[in-house]
Parts: sequence; C-alpha cells; structure tokens
Amino acid sequence: MSKRKARDAHLPVGECIKQVQQILRERFCERRLPDRLEGVEAQYKHLLELLRRTAIHGESNSVLIVGPRGAGKTTLLQCVLRDLQKEEKVQKNLLQVHLNGLLQTDDRIALKEITRQLHLENVVGDKVFGSFAENLAFLLEALKKGNRSSSCPVLFVLDEFDLFAHHKNQTLLYNLFDVSQSAQAPIAVVGVTCRLDVLELLEKRVKSRFSHRQIHLLSSLNFTQYLERVWTQLSLPDSFPDKKFAQEWNAGVKTLCEDKSVEEVLQRHFNSSKDFRSLHMLLMLCLSRVSVAKPTIKPADLLEASRMCFADATANMLHGLSILELCLVIAMKHLNDVYEGEPFNLQMVHNEFKKFLHRKSNSMYNFEQPVVMKAFEHLQQLELIRPVDGSSAKVQREYQLMRLTLDHSQIMEALQKYPQCPTDIKQWAMSAFG
Amino acid sequence: MKYFTRMKIRRVYEWSGKPRSFNRRLKTYDYDSFAISVEGLSKIIINTGQDILIEGCDEDNPYVAKVTRLYGDENGQQMKAVVQWFMRVSEFPVNKLKLLGREPHPQEIFYYECRNCDNEVNVESILRPVKVKHLDSNDPFPDSADKDTLYVKLSWDSKVFRVVNSTVVESPAEPAPASSPPSCLKPSLPMSPSCSQSAATPRGPSRRVLPTPDHAIMHKASLGEVGCSSVGTPANVEAESLHSATKLSASKCLSAKRRNATARTPGVRKRLELSSPEKSVTGEEVLSQLLNEELESKVTLTRRPPPSPAHPLRVTHSLTPLRKAHRPTGAQCGVPLKSSSVFLNKRPLSDSESPLSPAKDDSTRATQKKELETIKEPVLSVLAEVENEKSPMVTETPRSSKRKSAMLVSSRIKKQLNLLENHQDPNSSGEEEDEFVPSKNDLLSSSEEEGQDEDGPNIDDQVSAKKFRYVATGSRNSRSKQKSYSSARTQRRTPAKKISPGTPQTPRHATPSIPIRSLQTQQPANILEEARARLHVSSVPESLPCREQEFQDIYSFVESKIVDNTGGCMYISGVPGTGKTATVHEVIRCLQHAADMDEIPSFHFIEINGMKMTDPHQAYVQILQKLTGQKATPDHAAVLLEKRFSNLAPRKETIVLLVDELDLLWTRKQNVMYNLFEWPARRHARLVVLTIANTMDLPERIMINRVASRLGLTRMSFQPYSFKQLQEIIMSRLNKLKAFEEDALQLVSRKVAALSGDARRCLDICRRATEICEHSAADPSSTGLVGMSHVMEALNEMFSSAYITAVRCASTQEQLFLRAVITEFRRLGLEEATFQQVFVQHQALCRIEGLKPIGVSEGLAVCQRLGACRLLLLEPSHLGVLQRIRLNVSQDDIFYALKAD
Repeated sequence: MSKRKARDAHLPVGECIKQVQQILRERFCERRLPDRLEGVEAQYKHLLELLRRTAIHGESNSVLIVGPRGAGKTTLLQCVLRDLQKEEKVQKNLLQVHLNGLLQTDDRIALKEITRQLHLENVVGDKVFGSFAENLAFLLEALKKGNRSSSCPVLFVLDEFDLFAHHKNQTLLYNLFDVSQSAQAPIAVVGVTCRLDVLELLEKRVKSRFSHRQIHLLSSLNFTQYLERVWTQLSLPDSFPDKKFAQEWNAGVKTLCEDKSVEEVLQRHFNSSKDFRSLHMLLMLCLSRVSVAKPTIKPADLLEASRMCFADATANMLHGLSILELCLVIAMKHLNDVYEGEPFNLQMVHNEFKKFLHRKSNSMYNFEQPVVMKAFEHLQQLELIRPVDGSSAKVQREYQLMRLTLDHSQIMEALQKYPQCPTDIKQWAMSAFG
Repeated sequence: MKYFTRMKIRRVYEWSGKPRSFNRRLKTYDYDSFAISVEGLSKIIINTGQDILIEGCDEDNPYVAKVTRLYGDENGQQMKAVVQWFMRVSEFPVNKLKLLGREPHPQEIFYYECRNCDNEVNVESILRPVKVKHLDSNDPFPDSADKDTLYVKLSWDSKVFRVVNSTVVESPAEPAPASSPPSCLKPSLPMSPSCSQSAATPRGPSRRVLPTPDHAIMHKASLGEVGCSSVGTPANVEAESLHSATKLSASKCLSAKRRNATARTPGVRKRLELSSPEKSVTGEEVLSQLLNEELESKVTLTRRPPPSPAHPLRVTHSLTPLRKAHRPTGAQCGVPLKSSSVFLNKRPLSDSESPLSPAKDDSTRATQKKELETIKEPVLSVLAEVENEKSPMVTETPRSSKRKSAMLVSSRIKKQLNLLENHQDPNSSGEEEDEFVPSKNDLLSSSEEEGQDEDGPNIDDQVSAKKFRYVATGSRNSRSKQKSYSSARTQRRTPAKKISPGTPQTPRHATPSIPIRSLQTQQPANILEEARARLHVSSVPESLPCREQEFQDIYSFVESKIVDNTGGCMYISGVPGTGKTATVHEVIRCLQHAADMDEIPSFHFIEINGMKMTDPHQAYVQILQKLTGQKATPDHAAVLLEKRFSNLAPRKETIVLLVDELDLLWTRKQNVMYNLFEWPARRHARLVVLTIANTMDLPERIMINRVASRLGLTRMSFQPYSFKQLQEIIMSRLNKLKAFEEDALQLVSRKVAALSGDARRCLDICRRATEICEHSAADPSSTGLVGMSHVMEALNEMFSSAYITAVRCASTQEQLFLRAVITEFRRLGLEEATFQQVFVQHQALCRIEGLKPIGVSEGLAVCQRLGACRLLLLEPSHLGVLQRIRLNVSQDDIFYALKAD
C-alpha cells in the first residue's frame, strides 16, 4: 500500500477512493444527468425541437413520453430542459410547472401547486387559496389572458401522467389540453408515463384535444451495448484529478468487463431486465465494496452483488422460522400437493403434522394445539400464508381457510440452507407423500 | 320585494300643487312636483328636472334618474314619472366597463342614452332627490366626502362612452326654451323642499291651462266608457295596424331600424316641442298629441259601430307615443329588432279595416311615421284585446299582457308566416302583438306609450310582488294584470339592478396573468414553419369551410331570437373535433359584428364549459360572474339568476349563452340543466341557450322528461368530416401556401376520415408531417414539400400501437414470461391464471431455452414490470404468487412480435 501511495504523487489513495465513490454514486443515483444520452437521440431531438418551438415561437404543444420504468424518460426530459435552458433565447422565456401524479392526487391539489409554481399566489391576495372552483377559474383566466405572441410560454410536466387521468372528469387534463389547442397563453404539456395504454384512459374529448404525439422510449439495446454501458458507467472521466489513479481504475474496469464470470452475471441481469436502474443498483453494490484496502472492483464483488440483487426475500424469511413453523409450512406444502392448491385450515395442517409425527418422527414430539395455533398465527403475520378472501370474519380461527404464498422451490431451497435442520424433516419435505 | 313593503309603510306620495295641464285624450294630468312624506317627517318635494334616486333591487345603490315629466291619471291614483336614466358603475356589465379605459369613480354615473329602456316609473318607487354634478371629462373627481353627490362625465349608449354635454345633464333636453316652455327639465340640483317648489314654478304657465278635474268623477267616466267600448277596441287596433302594414311592407326593415333610434337625443326633442306649443311635455308627447287629434277623429268615425266612445281615445293615446317616437328617428339607424312583430301587425289591419289606414296616413305625414306606428301597434292591439275580454270595470287598465305568454309560440310561427304572406286573421295578429309587447320594452317609444296608457287606469299603490309574478307568467286575471303590469314596469328595472350589486366590485384580486415573455416570439421563417403555424388548431381561420349549413342554421336561429327579443334553446351534438364550438364562436363573431354595425340589437355573449368547472352548480356562479361580475355562492347565484330571468328589466339586452360539454352539468336531480332550459322560456328572460355535447341522444339518455321537454326540438348534429371536407379544411388553412403534395394531403384526410373524422387529429398529423419533413430536409432528394413518406411516418407515429414494439424491446425474461402466460392460458383454456401457475410454465420455458431458471422474486419483478407497462393486467401486488394475471394484448400480437425476432 505504501508503495502505491508513494507512486500516486498527487493524491492519497483514500482521497481517490472517496472521489471515485462520490462520482460514481452520483451517477448511479441519477443525481447527475449524463452529458450525452445514448440510444435515444431521435427522441431527444424531437422533444428538444418541440419545446424549443414552444419557447421561441410560442407554439402550444402536447406530448407524451412513454416507456417502461427505468427506461430514462425523466432523464431524457431533464436533459432536454437542461440543454434548452442553455440557449439564450429560451432562458428567460420558459416557465416550468412540474407535477407528479403521486403527489398531486387530485385536481384541487394540482391547481394549488400550479398556482404556487407560477408564482401567482401573491396575486390571489390575502386569501391565498380560495375554493377549488375559484382556483380553477382563476388559473383558466390567467391562461386565457395570455396570447401567443406576448405571454411567456409555460411548460407543464406531468409525471405519472396516467394518474392524472383518474382525476374526476379529467378536468385538469381537459383544460390543459384545451389551452394548448386554443389561442391562449402558449403552453407545452409533457406527460411522462410508463403505461402503454395511456391514451385509452383519456376521455374522448380530452383525447381529441391531445395532439397524439407520443415519444416512446423502448430500448432495443443488445448485450454488447449493455456491456458497453456498464463499462462507461464505471469508468472515470478524464477530469478526474488524479490521472494515474483514473487510468488504473479504468483499466481495472476494462478487465472486469472482459471477465467471463462477470459477463455471465451481466448476461443474466440483461436477460432479466434492460432497464438501467437495476443495473445501477448492481453497480452500486459493487462500488460499496471498494475500499482503500481494495481500490478496484473484482469479479467476485460483482458476483456477490448479483447474488444480493437476486436474493429472494421471502425464501430468506424461512430461515428464521422455528422448527415447528417450518414443519407446518412443509405440511402445507404436502396439502397443496394433495389437494392441488385448494385452501387449507389449521386443523388440516395440524393433522398432517400429527400424521408425520406419528409415522416417522423421532426428533420431534407433539405440540399442544395452542402452541401450534400460535405458530400458525406467526406464519400468517409474516404473510407466508394468507386467508382466502371473504372467509375471514365469521369462521373460527382454526377453521379459517388459508393459502400458502410460497412456491415449492422456495421451500426446498430454504430447507437446504436451514441451519441444523433435522434429517427426518428434510426427508419428510422431499417425500412425495406426507 | 322587500322594498315594496317598505315603501308602502313609510312613504306617502302625493301631488303638490295643482295639475299644470290636462291631456284630454290621455286623461292625464301633468304636474310640476309631488311630495314624499315619510311617516310624519318633513315632506320632500320633487320637481320635474330634479335628479332622484329610484329604488331598485339593491338598496345601497338605488337607480339614479332625472325626472323629466310627472303625470297622473284622472282619479289621482296613478302617479307616474318619466325619467332620464343614469347608470351607475355597478350596473354595468363587467365586460363593458373595460371600454371606459380607467377605473370608474365609485360615485360616477353615466348619462344613459340607450333607447330601448323603459323610462317611465311609478312615482312610488322614487326614494329621494340626489345631487348630480356634471364634470368635464378631464376634470378630476372632487374627493369630497359627500357621498350623496354623484358625478356625470360620460354618457353611455350601450356601445361606447361619450363625453356628455353639461347642458344635457344639468338641464336636460331643453336647450331652446324660447319656442315652447321647457317640458320639465331644470338644472337639477338636489333641493330642499322649499327650494324645489320655487324651482318648479318657472315651468311653463301654458301647462296649467286646464283646471284639474275631480279625479273620482273622471275615473268613473272613464270606466264607463271603457266598458262600452270594449267591443270596439279590437277593431280599432286592427285598423291601425292595417294601415301601418300597408305602408310598412316595403320599408319594414327600414322602419324597424329607425324605430330604435327614437328621438332621445336632445336635439330631436327640441324640435318636437317646437312643433307642439300647446303641451309642454316632452317632444314625443307633443308630437303624439298632434297626431292623436287627427287620428282620433277618424278612428272614432270608423269605429262608430262599436259602442264605446271612450275607447278610441285610449287607443289613440297608445298610438301617439309611438308616432312621436318614430318621427325623429327617420335618419337615425336603429336595430331591426321588432321587424317581425311589425309585420304581423300589418297583416291583421289590412284585412279587417282597410278604410282606416288611408285616414291615418293622412294624419301621419311621413311614411316613416307610419312605420313607427306599426311598431307601436302591437301595444295597441294588446290593449284592445284585453279590454274585450274583460268586464268593463276591469278594462280601465288598458294594459294586460296575459295572453302573450300563451301565444308566444304560435305567434312566433305566425310571425314568420306573415312575413311571407300577407294573409292573416286579425285575431292571431293581435295575440302576436300581445306577445311582443313585453319584448318591446327596449323600444323607448313603446314603453312611453305604455306609460301613457297606464295614466288612465287607477293603479294600486300596493303592488304586490305576487301580482307582478302573475304578469310575468301571463295570468289571465285582468285586474291583477293591470296592476302587475304597471308594477312590472317599475320593477323591470329592479332585476337588472339586482344583478349588478350595489357594492361596486372593486377588483380585489388583481387580474391574474402569465408573465410577459422577455423576448419576442420569432416569426415563422420558412414555408414549413408558416404552414405549421397555420395548421395549429389554435389558429383561428378566417372562415370555417364545410360547416356553412350548420353555420347558417345556428346564425339564423340566434339572430332571429335576438331580433325578436325572445329566448330559445338549441342542442348541438357531434363527436369531438367536428367544429361545434368553433362554429358557434364564428356565429357569435358574425353576430357581434352585425351588432356593432347596428344591424341587430346588441347582445351579451356568455360562454361556460362543463369541463371548466369543478361541479355542475358552479355553472350558476360562472354565468352570474360573466353577466354582472358579481361573485356568489352557487345557491345564491341561482337565486339571483332566477330573479333576473323571471323579471322584467328595462336595460336588458339579449343574452346568448353557450354551454359547452353539457353532459357534465348532469346532476342527480338535473336542476342545473332544468334551469338552463327553463329560463329561455320565461317571457322576459331574453336568453338564448346554445348547448353542445358529444352524443346525439343525450336528451333522451340522461335527461329526465321535464328537462328534455324544455330543451325542445331544435337540434343539430355535426357529422364527422368526410375526407373531402378535411382536405378542404387543410387547404383553406394553408391558404394557397404550397407546403404539401396533393397526394400527401389526400392520404392524411382519408386516413383520418376513416378513423374518426376529427379535424384536430388531421391538423396535428399534418403539423407533425411538416416537422418530419423539416428534419429530413437535409436529404438532397427532398423537394421541400411534405410528401407521402413524411405523412406516412407521421401517421404511423400517431396511430400505431406501441404494444408490438414494446414486446419486441422487452428483455428475454419478460418475453419468456409472456410466452409462459400464453402457454398457461392454453393449458387452462382460460384467459386468466395465477402467477404461481404461470411461473411453473416459465421455469419450464427457461430450461427449454437453456437459461438458468429465475427465482420467484425475480419472476415477480418481471411480472410487475410487464404489469406497469400494461402488457399484463395484474391484481394488486401484495397478493404475491397468488395474484391473477391477464393479458392486455392479443396473443396474436405477442406471437407476431416474438416471431419477428
């Protein structure tokens, strides 16, 4: 270590590592926008042109950005806005209103938020926010007052656009789209959603007023591009203070990406999902294993991170169960096999368990009914079993019908890893018939 | 109606001094002044020429007017005043107030020059004198603390503000006293009772010529006469109308226009007065009297057969005012409001009593006069009819308007017919006229006439609100009718005032606005940008191609209602994007233009949109707000509107109300819709309601019977545009701008026409195509025009479903999962499976594909991602492996997408 330190004249290793982690974390947490978008140039251009026209020509527009989660919809929009703001003509000519369907859950809240973001609330006077109706009238009046050539264009960004479509009468959407289709203040409405069927949610009048521009972000990325992406995501920029360390780091990343086992892991991730957010999650886990003692990412780190990513939380919960609870789960599995997924109740499970005890148990002895009941309830609390809908209230607890929410593979896997699991129980679990 | 009761209790009105003159024909006495004594307190004496406050709906802001003439009937029961109105700031419709261009002073009032307003009031409605000062238009308002002084700077003729001459305000209308004693107007400053007397004295001695007859005797006499004459009256009326009709036929339109322009202007009045030295009344009266004398003789002669001698007199009074009014108008242009009604009148006249008409013609010198007469005639006929129906006692009051309401519909139709052919039976015409009388309120002349008629009959001081109601509803009881009628006159103004609340609406919140942009918008730089600007849905085209027929229908509907001063509903339906709202707006623009050119009476356009309000009852609030600028809660607004539309109001102009997205105004009890359709049917509402919705059968589907029935049968449906029409629309928007290839346009329009016929869609696609064309402009092969390829691309973008692409772009596991779903569906024979079942298939497929099987949680993640895109429909995720899965895409699509891989 000390040798290395000596060689890196500029910065101590600790400092470098700190810097690396900071840069990469910002990247992975999507705190910093990428300088350049890859794979979505056409969409980028389309959106940029559209918004620029709104800002410069005062042309009203509406557009939807549609793509699966993690496809980079918001990133695209943010990049476009960032680049748009760099243009001098646009800079002071665009007001922005950002709404999110998860935050503005109804039109009343949305209107207040719009008023606030447009800094119109001071105009409303002492009564900061009047009734919903007043607010709407107020805002519409404000928009109506404007005209194409003189008023400042307003950009409305509706995140989780599909949720706005569930508002009563779709009043907000109707009005926004109506403004965008009439000679009022120029506005651009940008909806961001992951639902492909979003247009079907719109009421026919609202739909007619929407311009039907949709920007689809569907990545047709293949695995080599994916690998490339991993590599660029992990490598350090040229601007990194310690050039030497950066070179070493980048070389390390390159070798990492060329490693066979790493490629396999990444392939698996790629197969599972192409979205970058899950990739970032994986890389973040790797990054957190980098330390002064180990200033580079090793393939083992990636494997470990991948294992963590794919870890099955429900199966892991089985490891913490008591032997009795585990036996009950096994009994339920057998019941499921026998009755082909029909629901069961405590009594049936207990009987199944007693049969097992009766036949071959030597390590277990019978438990009192209340103890079994307690274990059963614990399973229910963990949501490993779930009452069948509707049958809950009236029936006695012992006879309440339940279903197992575990897959057999999960049970078997858990049994393998269960610490000091009695052999007879394992055998019982694996035997075809209880 | 509060003020009525108050008035009764507190105030006693009586003439002070002897009548100055007696009009024998009208049986009215003119007075110089009257006194108001307030419950034993000192008397206030009001003289003609004085400025007064007249009570209206708003107690804080009573109406302001100047008395121009005072008169009463023979028995002294009815006390009337002819006034010149001033308008308060609060009475202005908000939108008009903008024309002022400055903040109005709270104590500012405006000299009201509208002709179509009833200028006769019951003396009982006068509250007290007030000080009105004229200010030069440039003078600042004195900021004296004196709240009682009002200031006049400008006049208002319902279109523009004008600087008003101080002589007009302070000593109105009588600039040339030399020729004839000025009728009544003196510099009107509020006076103490004593000084008011003195002010009154200078008023023309000539008026006093006649001694005041005993009221009671006169009254009786008149009653008897009336009774006898009741039979004769109709004939009279008819005769009159007939003659007028003959003259009118050619120049009816002209006359209608002129009629409106009745001689309100001071100059005109002056002339009139000059001509009639005997009477010192307003010019109009003088004229009318002259005419009357001549007419009377003839009329009576012709009438001889009918028993009533008194009647003719009556008739004549009513006629006279009309004439006088008309006279002056000649050159001025009025609005052709009443033309239809006029026609009707003519008809009956010609049929029944042709001999009369020539006589009349003689009496009336100019054809113009005749025209004027015809206009007035409806009023006469009304009177006559009423008298006929009533017992002699009742008939004293000539005015009963009951019938009108009942006859409205038929009369309208007849009216139309009359225009076309000259044969109509007199009776019907009379009825029609009845109907129209109320609508005529606008006309100065008609209102004056009515006022004179009322002189004769004895009107109860206690006019109850109820009676008033009756009038509005057209009840038959003559007695109540009369009273109510007279009361209605006075009240008419009340509704208007009510609507404009007394408290001036200080704009508490500044008008909101979007900030002004710092840089100018760029103008389109090239053809494509220009085309794009023109193709934007928001750009308003100069004309609306392909909707000419609809435009015409709506235009004539609204225009006829405005001209007739009636109301009506129309239901317009059509799928989105077929130009419904645009067409209506276009109609309104044209009508507005026509109104500006004085071709039709001015009207007030209000638009509400069901989608732009938060709940249906807000419709009231918005209507009220747009009508008067008043803010109110929905309930209160409904009450105010109800009052406004059911009451007479002299200054009301027709309201055209556009209700867009009607279906959203649906409530369980449907009272909003009910009211919207009920108001236009009210007699005095003068409300035209145009409703727009998407579905053709909306009335049948969601409206209960009483609502649907009120909506009526005037319906229009806008068909989706055909491809030719769409093409024409684009062409007209482009306006010869060469940006598209012919084929490209045709492709777009055909495609859109086949799908929806939505013009918005069509324009959007074209706009997108220009963008695509612009981007590909670098390509040297391009012609710079939007071609087929660009249009195709735009069409694909907008119409193609993203599902197939989405499936294609999904990750391997996601694609596998979709396949597993289909496999499981096939196995089950159902279109639904639980995750557990699908997962088993998925594991199997993984093995077949040589992939490492995924865990349950990973599988669930895959499933959730597909669910988020809505490729799958999922139950809530907390169900875990038990959640059920359905496909949101057709299986074929999935196969197709996966196979192409």
